[in-house]
Amino acid sequence: MQISGAQMVIEAFIAEGVDTVFGYPGGAIMNVYDEIYKQDKFKHILNRHEQASIHAAEGYAKASGKVGVAMITSGPGFTNAVTGLADAYMDSIPLVVVSGQVPMSLIGTDAFQEIDAVGISRSCTKHNYLVTDAKDLPRILKEAFYIANSGRPGPVHVDIPKDVTAQIEEFNYDIEINLETYKPHTKGNPRQIKKAMEAIANAKRPLFYLGGGIINANAAYEVRDFVHKTGIPAVETFMARGVLSYDDDLLIGMLGMHGSYASNMAMSETDLVIALGARFDDRVTGKLSEFAKNAGVIHVDIDPASISKLVNADFPIVGDVKNVVNDMLNLIDKVNSDNYESWRDTVNNFDELHPLTFHEDSDRLKPQWVISRVGELLGDDANISTDVGQHQMWTSQFYPFNRPRQFISSGGLGTMGFGFPAALGVKAATPEKISINFTGDGSILMNCQELMTAVEQKLPVINIILNNNFLGMVRQWQTLFYNKRHAETDLSVQPDFVKLSEAFGGIGYRVHTKEEFDAALKDAIEKNVVAFIEVKVERMENVMPMVPAGGSLFNMMLLEKKEK
Amino acid sequence: MTENNERRVISVIVINEASVLSRITDLFSGRGYNITSLTVAPIPESKYSRLTIVTSGSVRVIEQITKQLHKLIPVLRVYEHADLVEKEMALIKFPITENLSDINTLCEAYNGKIVNVGENMIIAMVSDEPKRVENFLTAIKRYNPKEIVRSGAVALER
Repeated sequence: MQISGAQMVIEAFIAEGVDTVFGYPGGAIMNVYDEIYKQDKFKHILNRHEQASIHAAEGYAKASGKVGVAMITSGPGFTNAVTGLADAYMDSIPLVVVSGQVPMSLIGTDAFQEIDAVGISRSCTKHNYLVTDAKDLPRILKEAFYIANSGRPGPVHVDIPKDVTAQIEEFNYDIEINLETYKPHTKGNPRQIKKAMEAIANAKRPLFYLGGGIINANAAYEVRDFVHKTGIPAVETFMARGVLSYDDDLLIGMLGMHGSYASNMAMSETDLVIALGARFDDRVTGKLSEFAKNAGVIHVDIDPASISKLVNADFPIVGDVKNVVNDMLNLIDKVNSDNYESWRDTVNNFDELHPLTFHEDSDRLKPQWVISRVGELLGDDANISTDVGQHQMWTSQFYPFNRPRQFISSGGLGTMGFGFPAALGVKAATPEKISINFTGDGSILMNCQELMTAVEQKLPVINIILNNNFLGMVRQWQTLFYNKRHAETDLSVQPDFVKLSEAFGGIGYRVHTKEEFDAALKDAIEKNVVAFIEVKVERMENVMPMVPAGGSLFNMMLLEKKEK
Repeated sequence: MTENNERRVISVIVINEASVLSRITDLFSGRGYNITSLTVAPIPESKYSRLTIVTSGSVRVIEQITKQLHKLIPVLRVYEHADLVEKEMALIKFPITENLSDINTLCEAYNGKIVNVGENMIIAMVSDEPKRVENFLTAIKRYNPKEIVRSGAVALER
């Protein structure tokens, strides 16, 4: 059929099964928005800032496992979206982002709202396209969805000049994708897998190091099976929370800078690291030369560039972690879980020595209590997103996650302002779950305009603002490493968060006590509209344990012990 | 950079399309690495082009760059050469007042000759291994070369 470039975008979205598009219109993308107006196959959610559109699409993608889709205009619309693209690139989130561009004839003339969008997005997307002819559009859109969601997932940016969206051409989406230069390697090498299994069988103190790639590959339940059948203890990265259930006996906890004592000690004592879909990030490894110093490394990853990037892999296996784990499960007879009995005891002793906990020793509520309490009350019924900072680490430490895709947070880029818009995407993807965003008094102001989106679209996200009147994580570093010089981190001057939410048509609560908190959460869930629950928490609480940046994992600052 | 910065030659086969060159050079510039020379030309009867990149850097960083190069969607193949045949061409403009037979003899020793004669200037070319081209350019300094253009290296694995 002969249709315009703008219609092609709509038809391609429909063919890809897109049901929700996040975006913000503007001059260069108007032809496409005109077609959105005319159709009823998918829903468009109007955010109030382009950055929020991308984060919402990320939240949607992470919660649903589908490709997130966003649409923005040229120039400032696009530059506002760049943070979101970079965030999705760092955390391997599949997105297709369509942006408008000035007409072809004006490109390069400093036209109104013109910016070299593909030049900017090149280094923060998996791939990008500038469409110069509508004839190419069906192929490009089809490739964009394929590339975004295959191999190591990531954002793909398609920049379409305004005249191309008006151009009428033949549309045929029933085409085969033939990318000779892009063929992700999904099947692990059988010989390497066999050798890896032998190494596991021969190890005395093996340790699973589970990463976010497991969630991307939808392999959490295969990994659970593998962990249970081998009886080998496991640590999770921040991105892998929920791969194992919080109450799994073999789950030691999260490792890294704010990992548990037991996790970091286990990583330091292990003789074989079994890394599945993890990338040895600096926040995980601490000082590289001391990381798992005496251990062999099995590294399973879909991205060859991640293997031996930082830590040399003795058994590199390039492949989809689901395929590889299934292949390993076929060789499970080699492994006898009784062999690791004493190692499991060692790990449990670490945990008894310094369990992950906090002290309720102040008049104000402790932020960790709030998170644990939400976990007690809602547990599996909620999907949890966070912003970035102390509250984010406490959420990862203290919320009882028990399934993959329950926890949505900005790991790699650490984007403040991520949580609220992401939670909107999460709620749009999983309306049956309660959507909670744990945030801080710093982060929430970075995308608080999304109250409007939440009210308009009836997306009742509950934002729990752990308010310590500080940019808490930076304040913690200043306290510990800058001799308490709290430069520009005191956020004593603040809006009235209750009124702020109410001004947009949401609801707000300010709570000081446990009773008030329980009542506010209950009320917010019942009222089913977007809410701010501002919790006044202890100002000087630090996230512990802590491995100072560049330090060795086993050299942790620990929570001071208190006699009761 | 404390590690050894050795000279390295990398060949990349890419789809011949807009923006592919900047995708590749971005990987170097983003890491603060300089490209010594870079040549691109289409591969006959195909939709691909071949790039030859001469750079220097530590083993670790170059290995990482080659992996990242491979990750780019339009990249078909990446070779980091060990055993290779390498050639480079140079064009040099001399004043016609210089000793032309000397210049011609020198050029011949480096697979070259005088290729153009004008009213005031002559242009000579040589083509040889990059190291030898460098030697040649040192040797001809006394003939007051006015302009020198080097092509950058091309390479093929043995």
